[in-house]
Amino acid sequence: MSASLATVSYLGAIILFILSLGGLSNPETARRGNLYGIAGMTIAVLATVFGPRVTLAGIPWIVGAMLVGASIGLLAAKKVQMTQMPELVALMHSLVGLAACLVGFASYVDSSVAFSGAEKVIHEIEIYVGIYIGAVTFSGSIVAFGKLSGKIGGKPMLLPGRHAINLVGALVVIYYGYAFLQAPSVEAGMPALIVMTAIGLLFGIHMVMAIGGADMPVVVSMLNSYSGWAAAATGFMLSNDLLIVVGALVGSSGAILSYIMCRAMNRNFISVIAGGFGTGDGAKAGAGGQAPQGEVTAISAVETAELLREAKNVVIVPGYGMAVAQAQHTVYEITKLLREKGVNVRFGIHPVAGRMPGHMNVLLAEAKVPYDIVLEMDEINDDFPDTDVSMVIGANDIVNPSAEDDPASPIAGMPVLQVWKAKTSIVMKRSMASGYAGVDNPLFYKDNNRMLFGDAKKMLDEVLAALKG
Amino acid sequence: MPLTIGVPRETYTGEKRVATVPEVVEKLIKLGFAVSVEAGAGDAANCADDTYRAAGAEICTDAASLWAKADIVFKVRPPSLAEVALMKQGGALVGFVWPAQNLELMQALAARQATVLAIDCLPRMLSRAQKMDALTSMAGISGYRAVIEAANAFGRFFAGQITAAGKVPPAKVFIAGAGVAGLAAIGTAAGLGAIVRANDTRAEVADQVKSMGGEFVKVDYEEEGSGGGGYAKVMSEGFQAAQRAMYATQAREVDIIITTALIPGKPAPRLISAEMVKTMKPGSVIVDMAAEQGGNCELTEPGQAVVKHGVTIIGYTDLPSRLAKQSSTLYATNLLRLTEELCKAKDGNIDVNMEDDAIRGLTVIKNGEVTWPAPAPKLPAAPAPKPATAAVEKKPSGHGHGAGAPMAASSLAIIFGIGAALFWLVGAYAPASFLSHFTVFVLACFVGYMVIWNVTPSLHTPLMSVTNAISSIICIGALIQIAPPEMGGARPDGLIRWLAVVGIALTAINMFGGFAVTRRMLAMFRK
Repeated sequence: MSASLATVSYLGAIILFILSLGGLSNPETARRGNLYGIAGMTIAVLATVFGPRVTLAGIPWIVGAMLVGASIGLLAAKKVQMTQMPELVALMHSLVGLAACLVGFASYVDSSVAFSGAEKVIHEIEIYVGIYIGAVTFSGSIVAFGKLSGKIGGKPMLLPGRHAINLVGALVVIYYGYAFLQAPSVEAGMPALIVMTAIGLLFGIHMVMAIGGADMPVVVSMLNSYSGWAAAATGFMLSNDLLIVVGALVGSSGAILSYIMCRAMNRNFISVIAGGFGTGDGAKAGAGGQAPQGEVTAISAVETAELLREAKNVVIVPGYGMAVAQAQHTVYEITKLLREKGVNVRFGIHPVAGRMPGHMNVLLAEAKVPYDIVLEMDEINDDFPDTDVSMVIGANDIVNPSAEDDPASPIAGMPVLQVWKAKTSIVMKRSMASGYAGVDNPLFYKDNNRMLFGDAKKMLDEVLAALKG
Repeated sequence: MPLTIGVPRETYTGEKRVATVPEVVEKLIKLGFAVSVEAGAGDAANCADDTYRAAGAEICTDAASLWAKADIVFKVRPPSLAEVALMKQGGALVGFVWPAQNLELMQALAARQATVLAIDCLPRMLSRAQKMDALTSMAGISGYRAVIEAANAFGRFFAGQITAAGKVPPAKVFIAGAGVAGLAAIGTAAGLGAIVRANDTRAEVADQVKSMGGEFVKVDYEEEGSGGGGYAKVMSEGFQAAQRAMYATQAREVDIIITTALIPGKPAPRLISAEMVKTMKPGSVIVDMAAEQGGNCELTEPGQAVVKHGVTIIGYTDLPSRLAKQSSTLYATNLLRLTEELCKAKDGNIDVNMEDDAIRGLTVIKNGEVTWPAPAPKLPAAPAPKPATAAVEKKPSGHGHGAGAPMAASSLAIIFGIGAALFWLVGAYAPASFLSHFTVFVLACFVGYMVIWNVTPSLHTPLMSVTNAISSIICIGALIQIAPPEMGGARPDGLIRWLAVVGIALTAINMFGGFAVTRRMLAMFRK
């Protein structure tokens, strides 16, 4: 295959990738979008393998490596539970980061491609930056994976003077970058590169460790973005437009998702990255704010079933608790039963419900809930006054009225689902503990609110039994 | 020692209600109380003595033994002085008392060292107290019954029909006052198929009128009639004139008028004059629910249904009692909720906690000491509307497509400035080959930006997994390193090959795993 043919194939692959992302605008076209993505990837890989830059000697190596990777990947994709999607995605981001590092090192030691003057400087900057982003992505994603899977505690770990540590790290990276560019040979530049990689790894760990569990959706999308930028940097390094374009697409996708998530929590991106939600400033503001007053009214599963049966409009608001309890299938059974009885059951999804963007949608889809009754916060918020029963399953901060009422609250200004405007709201919760943000929730004390205490799955099973009986 | 709740038979003439029903007796016993009911107390409300007995109550044959036994007496109407004389020294009484109208009764009760909870003195603005609000539940029943009484006296259908025997026009009903009773009347009349109009001096109830199926008739005069606490106030002369004109018009047009207008502590406002009655069509009906307080209609005779100028004017004062079973059940539940508040320990003893705003308001006599009237509860009388709207305005558009408000011009200028400086730097120093890549990169960022904003939020997880799969394009980098054509130079082939092989394997995990898991997820999304 000639160089021109390979370039044209790359162009085709780029178009397919763009179509692939465009297809996700709608669940109908999304499946085709995924096929476009697969086609684009196949074309890109084949064009490279049979292109001018790869000789026959490499084919066995490529096939072997591909086979190993493919079998691991397919197995993981088959085994993974839908509730574990955030972990899987985080783990996969780390692989991209690691691959970017490896490619960067390989490119640096590859002396067959010689540059000089400004081109050499730019090439080396590209390598340096590419490896750095790759390293941060790798270690950050590993920590995110640990936090999401519960192997590392969800609480933010705040080192004293963490901003100073980050600043010193950045200065050291810049200093070694200068040394790296001055290095006369590959051997001389290697120590600088290795020190920088180590700092990049530590920085990634430190950054994600400092972020609280409620901010995980932002972190996951941010790492998604980083993995894209790592690919783009590799593209510059290797003068490959395909990598640059795809990296830019993925990078901006992740950046937009991070932005959407931040806005959904009314938080500044910088402050999320700086970490430490629910501590420091939060505690101070919490003390200044009004403590909710009144008492909570508990309700039994049987009474819940009665309320649901007599309702005309029901809105279910799921949160991370539903995912933890694996209750989505029972939720669907209840939904099905109620819909057969003519109750209009819908779902209201907050953008940051769960641990990654769109997490709840995937869980509900897994349980076969039709997507046209799963609505976004903006679509459903106006309907709460006409709703008879709103049922909150394992969510807390996203239904906290103090975000709207109490300017002193740490979550003030965050858009929330106004479940308290329904005639009755039922909150399913294990206990009276506060949510991830550590903010007390006045919703629980409202007169039209009822608390259904217990494990979400167990209680929903009882509700279902009562509805059937 | 658990206390005994006593429920005597109501002695007021024609009163059919009873202060508790068998279903509630069971729940009172669960709270730890013993319950005694006078024989025949529930007969008029279809609650036979046997059903009380089955629920666990003890039946006392006469009033004297019941009053002697009961530590707490549940009543509907205020007790007569004769009944107070039977009361246990230091006992408790729960029921309608109307302390302002019954000063003599209050003195008698105080002399008995009684504790009296007047359900009519409940602070109604406390939303926590709504479950105990017997005035509301009785008013709702009255509104319903008023329509039924009107329908009974009215010679036609409520709903319009086209029958083989000709067309029947729908009845037109006008309801004055859209409080609890008025709203219940609107709903009932609309449910029967009538055309319902309603008026209230409080403009904010217009939406409630509409929600019940009525049409809100405005008085052509600007004045706010909300007197605080959800009640109406006395209006100015100009307003009253405009209001009279409106009523006169309505009287000529409609078939049925139901009046519910009350102002607390004042005689009922005269809304319907004799002149207006004369202009009504023969066979029309007026139900005056304010008859007890003097009536909204000039010709009302309290407690009676009379026909004047061809119009039936109903002034019954016992509307809830005419629906004895229903009103007894609701009233009993209101008292049960109150008892729950009084007996949080569920041990059959009551604790009259004067720190509690609701209980404080209810308690008109405590241990023989008159505590009525209660000081105004320290609650905000009305939710301040201003901050609420401000909060809504401040609320960002949340989650949608496209950015919210356009950026301020100054920050936009700064961003453009920085961008221009960066571009200038790149243009000044970077070689041509870099620039072509840079062009591609910047344009690709914009394409990505445009495409991603179109992604529906429900597909954000598949988006992440598919972008993740696509980012394994980095594999290309490893592929071209593994075995490039010979270029000369001292290339450490072995090291590079191993780095590249590991890179390929890692990205292959991503590539195949990412696409496969996306496919699995998307297959689940269905209508």
